[in-house]
Amino acid sequence: MAKVWIDGETTIEVEAADGVNAFNLTVDDRQIIVSAGQTILEAVQRVDGIGNIPALCNHPAVKPYGACRICTVEVSEDGGNRFKFVAACLYPVKEGLIVRTNTEKIRKLRKGIIELMLARCPNVKRIQELAEEYGVDKPRFVLGDQDCILCGLCVRACQEIMGKSAISLVNRGIYREVAAPFYAYELTEECIGCGDCAFVCPTGAIEMGDDGRPVLPRVKIPYAEVEAMMKKEAAATS
Amino acid sequence: MVEQVRKLLEKRVESAAELDNLRQSILGKRDTSRTCISVCGGTACRASGAEAVVDAFIDEIERRELQVQVELKETGCHGFCERGPLVVIEPRKIFYQRVTPEDVGEIIGETIVAGRVVERLLYADPVTGQKVTYEPDVPFYKKQTRNIFGANGAIDPTNIEDYIASGGYSALSKVLTGMKPREIIEEVKKSGLRGRGGGGFPTGRKWQSCLEAEADIKYVICNADEGDPGAYQDRSLLEGNPHSVLEGMVIGAYAIGSNRGYIYVRNEYPLAVKHARIAIEQAMDYGLLGENILGSGFDFTVTINKGGGAFVCGESSALMASLEGKIGEPKAKYIHMSEKGLWDSPSLLNNVKTWANVPLIINKGADWYSKIGTAGSKGTMIFSLVGNINNTGLVEVPMGITLREMIFDIGGGIPNGKKFKAVQTGGPSGGCIPEQYLDTPVDFDELTKLGSMMGSGGMIVMDEDTCMVDVAKYFIEFLKGESCGKCTPCREGINRMSEILNAITQGKGKPEDLETLEDLAGILSAGALCALGQTAANPVMSTLKYFRDEYITHIEQKKCPAGVCRELIQYSIDPEQCVGCLRCLRSCPTGAITGEKREPHTLNQGLCIKCGACYDVCKFNAVIRQ
Repeated sequence: MAKVWIDGETTIEVEAADGVNAFNLTVDDRQIIVSAGQTILEAVQRVDGIGNIPALCNHPAVKPYGACRICTVEVSEDGGNRFKFVAACLYPVKEGLIVRTNTEKIRKLRKGIIELMLARCPNVKRIQELAEEYGVDKPRFVLGDQDCILCGLCVRACQEIMGKSAISLVNRGIYREVAAPFYAYELTEECIGCGDCAFVCPTGAIEMGDDGRPVLPRVKIPYAEVEAMMKKEAAATS
Repeated sequence: MVEQVRKLLEKRVESAAELDNLRQSILGKRDTSRTCISVCGGTACRASGAEAVVDAFIDEIERRELQVQVELKETGCHGFCERGPLVVIEPRKIFYQRVTPEDVGEIIGETIVAGRVVERLLYADPVTGQKVTYEPDVPFYKKQTRNIFGANGAIDPTNIEDYIASGGYSALSKVLTGMKPREIIEEVKKSGLRGRGGGGFPTGRKWQSCLEAEADIKYVICNADEGDPGAYQDRSLLEGNPHSVLEGMVIGAYAIGSNRGYIYVRNEYPLAVKHARIAIEQAMDYGLLGENILGSGFDFTVTINKGGGAFVCGESSALMASLEGKIGEPKAKYIHMSEKGLWDSPSLLNNVKTWANVPLIINKGADWYSKIGTAGSKGTMIFSLVGNINNTGLVEVPMGITLREMIFDIGGGIPNGKKFKAVQTGGPSGGCIPEQYLDTPVDFDELTKLGSMMGSGGMIVMDEDTCMVDVAKYFIEFLKGESCGKCTPCREGINRMSEILNAITQGKGKPEDLETLEDLAGILSAGALCALGQTAANPVMSTLKYFRDEYITHIEQKKCPAGVCRELIQYSIDPEQCVGCLRCLRSCPTGAITGEKREPHTLNQGLCIKCGACYDVCKFNAVIRQ
């Protein structure tokens, strides 16, 4: 018998039926039974009033990716002796797994990641809300002017849902950005204007334009050195 | 009859017994009294002109018509790269160093024809000045245990018969004729071998989980995507002894039940690619790779895949993504690659050095192997010893040797009488270890305890003129360029670290910066997706731990104690010392120095670009760097 929370307050007693592939999970000291084959984030999101896991790069329509890292939780597979940090959106549920979603350590980690995001995208509402929730006042870094957090949802939606590849992630590190084929910012006929990318975008960086096609976020030269690099390039070509 | 002739032509070895026969016949044909000139053809020696030396030998041997008496062999890396090009005259192992094409005539005339040693080409001990004639007596080689690397100097990597003659592929025939997969894995487990690519994961356990994973198709992968700055041992091994790696891979494939293998090697290693390709072709010809290996019914083929040069592709999941033709980005490994790797099939990925250890373990036994090394780390490890060190090169030592022995006994200490400051181990993911830990035994666990790591075996020695903030900045800049940008902590965090370190080295650091750096390090180690990000802060954290005062001096006094950070140093001319020789004036590229002959010069700070040219040329210590 196990206690299962069906909402914030009510619990019901369930017997794990034979032949049903289900796991017992402990989430923030509460017992739940979840079906196998899902991730921690999926399992926890299906039970009301349990856990506190924010997520930005995750969307039920596409495969999990694990890029934003703010869904990081602590898990223990050995009954609580050793905990490790894992991304809830990717970690599969297992029998007897102990999950902590909101400890001091996790809040500190999420706060740090949100500070980095806010420094990159100080004007994005969703990030500002998270910053307020996790107590980030003002990032300690030089502020950028981006809207895109590079979660890759738009690219994955285009590929996985539509079967198109009208946009993709190009370049690496901080030079990474979302662009059309051949590193163009203008979309080609590969884009059918379905608007999926704009729909899944958690920050509103992609909006639908007047021509019925999405407008991609442009790199707005957020970092001093990118500016310096471009100046250098311009000087070299002139 | 026709069939027999065809078989002879085909060179194909059909059984273990035939392999033995082949080995005997190769050895039988060899004239042991024949002199063999072995020229190191490793990349480092090639860069110093080894190819011209080989050409000169060919010409000279032809001119004197010595082709019958003398065999010329271009081998893989001998390891002592500092002294290249290296020439070893077998069978006496006379060791000549820094050989130029002009020396070749003399070597042939004196040593080969007249049997005399050419004194001036011998290695001289830098301390005692004593000349060393034979290779094994050179101090650089004396303290090494060259189990894996030793064959490099004796084998022509483009000739499989050399490898077979030296006992090559005997481990494979032993495995195919008398060992069950589980027995092989037990042997590897018992040997205590741990992954040589950096993580140090027990190799046997990895093999076992791959064996137990149920799937129709399994893959075997050799990770030769070595990318650490200053490390080149995987490259040298693949260049110098590719068959040892291949043999290890076939054994691994047989143990887990795989028929398909890949070597993922950097495109920037053309010689390694070439030699691996030749080795695969020859092994196919001899029936040691391909279908029905040694008549056992076991099939295994290997394909070479050239990497595009992304550092992150050395990470196993990114490597497999790249092999699949996707962007080389890591993914979460909550399900091990040994269960779900390449194309979601169980995949056994090991480093070049790990594979090369396998034939040795099978041949000599796990008991023999596990006697070498420490309690937790068995066998030998190949390190590339570079930086401010006298004997730059590749060294193979048993695990547990101390850093001091490695740097001072084998490495010959620090050049120009400078003091040792720190050694950076493990590449960009490793840390800097200061002098007080020089007596630490080198193994996986001890290095991790010091905040560094074994990594792939890079070892960069730094002298007193090194600025540790600058070193941390260098590695962070490297990782910033190599971060794939997928996850937030790595992409944004490393970039912010680089901003802060740049500010500190430019005299714009703030006292609270150190705390911010520590916070960022915490975010990286706990939050990053792959090992690149998780360990990225190690160079910063280890220098902060052991050299915090240097950071503080940079921030508070705006000074670089080592005189490295350009924005924080100033050159000036001491009028008392300056004799007015005009040397600095002539060397200054910006005309910042003015003055008349025999009168003290002056330096205009406004024009000075702090290149240090004046400092380097002054013979009277009149240029002051502060």
